[in-house]
Amino acid sequence: MSLRSPLGRVLGLGTAKDGTGHWWGQRVSGIALAILGLWFAWSIATMSGFSHVEAVTFIGKPINALLLLLLSVTMAYHSYLGIQVVVEDYVHSHGLKTASLILSRFAHILLAVAAIFAILRLGIGS
Amino acid sequence: MNNNDRPLSPHLSIYRWPITMVSSILHRATGVAMAVGYVVLVGWLFDAASGPEVYDKFLSVMDSTIGCVLLVGWSFAFFYHLSNGIRHLVWDTGRGLEKEQATASAWFVIAASIVLTAAFWWAAS
Repeated sequence: MSLRSPLGRVLGLGTAKDGTGHWWGQRVSGIALAILGLWFAWSIATMSGFSHVEAVTFIGKPINALLLLLLSVTMAYHSYLGIQVVVEDYVHSHGLKTASLILSRFAHILLAVAAIFAILRLGIGS
Repeated sequence: MNNNDRPLSPHLSIYRWPITMVSSILHRATGVAMAVGYVVLVGWLFDAASGPEVYDKFLSVMDSTIGCVLLVGWSFAFFYHLSNGIRHLVWDTGRGLEKEQATASAWFVIAASIVLTAAFWWAAS
């Protein structure tokens, strides 16, 4: 016999109240980043140079722009999840913890949007 | 009550870090390091979109000694976090959790990330 309430069972969120969403998000984005990260590492290792012209040409190429968009957004998501765990582990004051998490979310969204803006500008043509 | 005979271990100043503990701390440390590195990655993209003058300033900062040390550090952080992340995915399936297996995989991950970092800079040069 289960001691859990019918509502608790149907929600399936357990005692942490947010279920396994965080765990799955971290794993799946991690797998995506393994592929995207290796592509990026390979790309910059084999780039002819890092002058402005070479960088703009690389980022602006459609396939690169697409993969860079995926990399930037997935990395912001994965990084947010990781920093969240670190903050929850080490910041014990409730107010400071909430403030840190909000600040981290703002910072990650800002960085992701800045990356999207820059890639689209170079990809679509300035 | 006399507590003098009780064991003192783990005594932090003489405590030998198990390699599994080192690999766990490194996973978190490299993750946080890459969160900072993400700022620089976005800076690279944004400065490239901002024009040659802004971009050249970015380039001269990253071309400095500190910049190069940071880039080598971030490349190691990436390969370590990637290798150890795969180790975590294997653990998630319930495999490799025995003490001897975890110790062996910790050493393997550290060796692999050093080799991959060296290969990356060899390919880049």
